Amino acid sequence: MAIAFLKAFLVGGAICMAGQLIINFTHLTNGKLLVLFLVTGAVLQGFGLYEKLIEFAGAGASIPICGFGCALVQGAVEAVRTDGWIGAFTGGLSRCALGIAVAIVSGYIVAIIFRPHTKKN
Amino acid sequence: MNKITKHNYKQYVYEMSPKSSHFKNLFWAFTVGGAICCVGQAFIELYTYVGVEKQLASALASATLVLITALLTGFGVYDKLGRFAGAGSTIPITGFSNAVVSPALEFRSEGYIYGLGAKMFLIAGPVIVNGVLFSTIIAFITMIFGG
Amino acid sequence: MSYYKNRTLTFKNSYVSDGYTVAGPKENDGRLRGCFDLSLSSDMFGEKTFEKAERRMFEHAISSAIAKANLTIDHIDAVFGGDLLNQIVSCSFAMRNIHTGFFGLYNACATFVESLILGSGMLNNGLENVLCVSGSHFSTAERQYRYPLELGVLRSPVTQWTATGVGCTVLTSSPELKCPRITHATVGRVVDYGVMDTNNMGAAMAPAAVDTLVTFLHDTESKSTDYDLIATGDLGKLGGDIFVDLLQRQGIDIRGRHIDCGAYLYFDSQQTYQGGSGAACSALVFNSMILNDINKGKYNKVLLIGTGALMSPTTSFQGETIPAIAHLVEIDRR
Repeated sequence: MAIAFLKAFLVGGAICMAGQLIINFTHLTNGKLLVLFLVTGAVLQGFGLYEKLIEFAGAGASIPICGFGCALVQGAVEAVRTDGWIGAFTGGLSRCALGIAVAIVSGYIVAIIFRPHTKKN
Repeated sequence: MNKITKHNYKQYVYEMSPKSSHFKNLFWAFTVGGAICCVGQAFIELYTYVGVEKQLASALASATLVLITALLTGFGVYDKLGRFAGAGSTIPITGFSNAVVSPALEFRSEGYIYGLGAKMFLIAGPVIVNGVLFSTIIAFITMIFGG
Repeated sequence: MSYYKNRTLTFKNSYVSDGYTVAGPKENDGRLRGCFDLSLSSDMFGEKTFEKAERRMFEHAISSAIAKANLTIDHIDAVFGGDLLNQIVSCSFAMRNIHTGFFGLYNACATFVESLILGSGMLNNGLENVLCVSGSHFSTAERQYRYPLELGVLRSPVTQWTATGVGCTVLTSSPELKCPRITHATVGRVVDYGVMDTNNMGAAMAPAAVDTLVTFLHDTESKSTDYDLIATGDLGKLGGDIFVDLLQRQGIDIRGRHIDCGAYLYFDSQQTYQGGSGAACSALVFNSMILNDINKGKYNKVLLIGTGALMSPTTSFQGETIPAIAHLVEIDRR
């Protein structure tokens, strides 16, 4: 189990560090960076590679946003196998529906309860 | 001293500007990013321990992190993490959650429909759009070539 | 009003009667602690939204400045002012409760000096008292120009910090007491040196400030050493260094007599990186410290250069470079 945590830490940290390296040298904005990593994960999974990384590193590969891209592709490809071409449209979002819905609902509730704080620095 | 004109001004500014301290930025991105993934791993282990099936456990762990980040964003903590962790707090799924919740908080003052509702995906919208677009295209490609 | 030469104007009867400042909590923790007429303990100012707070700061600054100068609203012929928000709503909405003529101005962070120039021009044309006001608010500007407040992002080391505050100046054409006079002004040109990085506004504005100062010195046939203080608006530390360096390359040495209002406003320990920016910088520093020092006799001749970066988020996303402008006024102790 300790090995699983070590792998998650190292792989997850390495992916984030790669993102920071890109920011440092290209001044990419947050939104663009997220999209870049998401698409990278999706394309890698298109070749069936990213799920191998998840098998190896667990949360270290599934928690970074590339894991989200991977899950979308996994869902879509699997749904194509079961439902035919219509699965390409339905599979991705249904696989990721949990995360998106939790983000929307918790975001909505948080926005009702809290107010934005001004920054000190 | 050579004259600064419109043509060499960019280069001149680049030379005058202070540089990001690469080592510090990378160190914190690595540490914070790795730590967030470890928390995710802990939830996966927890959910598998209570008997949830592996793939669902992974999705539940992501959702748990999303929920926790939403709360941290509300309390005004997550932006402080982002101040020094940079990509370490942006790239994990928690960064996605932060990108959904922070505009929702900010734009609630413009109403629940056009403010909160419309602006919620101001930053995270491109992620969903591109994710769905690419996953659909990739699924079609694998359908055609992989059969 | 007669044209001196080219872009430089001469004013005969524009006197700085009084100044009033409202500053946010972070500004009051900075170098000018205790110099402001009112410093807020919270930048919400008791309102529900940051936009309302900014509006109230404008209302408060305008009415208090009038009272401080021993005038009533009936004495004020016109208000010249603006802020950073779209359609300059903060200043315009504050004017709902202040019933006098209003000119809404926008030259980004150069708005304050622009208002001084236009106000002085109107005094030359027969008005008696005018009010020049400008300000900004960190939390409203951040949302409009950058990201939501709670989004965690790493700030680039070249960024500046939008100052929270409003500065208001009462100009009069017939002062009862001896007070500083605005003698000349040079109207800025829009200058674009092709800077794209919206974090690095100091670098985008520095060439405009150089252009205006060089034009002024040329038009009035004066030397930089004639002035005790040359204050730029919000170039920040980096922009200020570029400004001084560019002038030096043209043979004008202003070292030792230059401060940048934005960079001066905060201590390094406040982690603003390059210092302050925003329409509040020049208005706050001029109306608190510089005006006091002129009145106390520390400075005799001062140049105030307001600098503004004229971009919007739309133009930045469309890949445009950042045009900049700089206006200059000369203030004389007499």
